[in-house]
Amino acid sequence: MNDMISLVFIVIGVLFNLLGCIGIIRLPDVYNRLQAATKCVTLGTCSILVGVLFYFGLSDAGIKAVIAIPLLFFGSTVAAHALIRGTYHFGVKLSDKTVKDDYKDAVK
Amino acid sequence: MTTLLNILLYTQIALSGVCLYRIIRGPSIPDRMVGVDIFGILVVGICAIISIQTERSFILDIGIAWIILSFIGTLTLAKYLSGKKLNE
Repeated sequence: MNDMISLVFIVIGVLFNLLGCIGIIRLPDVYNRLQAATKCVTLGTCSILVGVLFYFGLSDAGIKAVIAIPLLFFGSTVAAHALIRGTYHFGVKLSDKTVKDDYKDAVK
Repeated sequence: MTTLLNILLYTQIALSGVCLYRIIRGPSIPDRMVGVDIFGILVVGICAIISIQTERSFILDIGIAWIILSFIGTLTLAKYLSGKKLNE
């Protein structure tokens, strides 16, 4: 029973990772790519780790998965925020199809 | 169970290959850094699936260390991109 629950979580996680990597290839500029990739890949890998937690139960491997989930969730999002801020200050142009850029007024 | 886990593991490895494509072809420096960041997170998923396949728990330690090193590395590169010194 626990095997089936963990397998469902892992399949969901790999599907999320697949969507994120399609976003990395297809989207037009670096801001869109980082947005798609961070959301999908962080959720996907967290889901895989939840699957590991269900598979092992509360043994040593399960506790390690519990430690890894908040580290991944908060660390990855904070790093992506800092990275995209640095990218804007570095001067990478936005895509041609961009409609609105509120951060340009905030920088001045 | 084992065949499905094998398929998922190979899918995950192929997805990290996609990140290598973005690292090689990326038109600007931040594109390559996005590739490196996402590659690290995908490797953590690979470590988790391998730990289920081999029933050993120490492989998850590699994943935790990889998360922390990837976090520190990305923050350092973001500081470099915004043009500040590291002690500001």
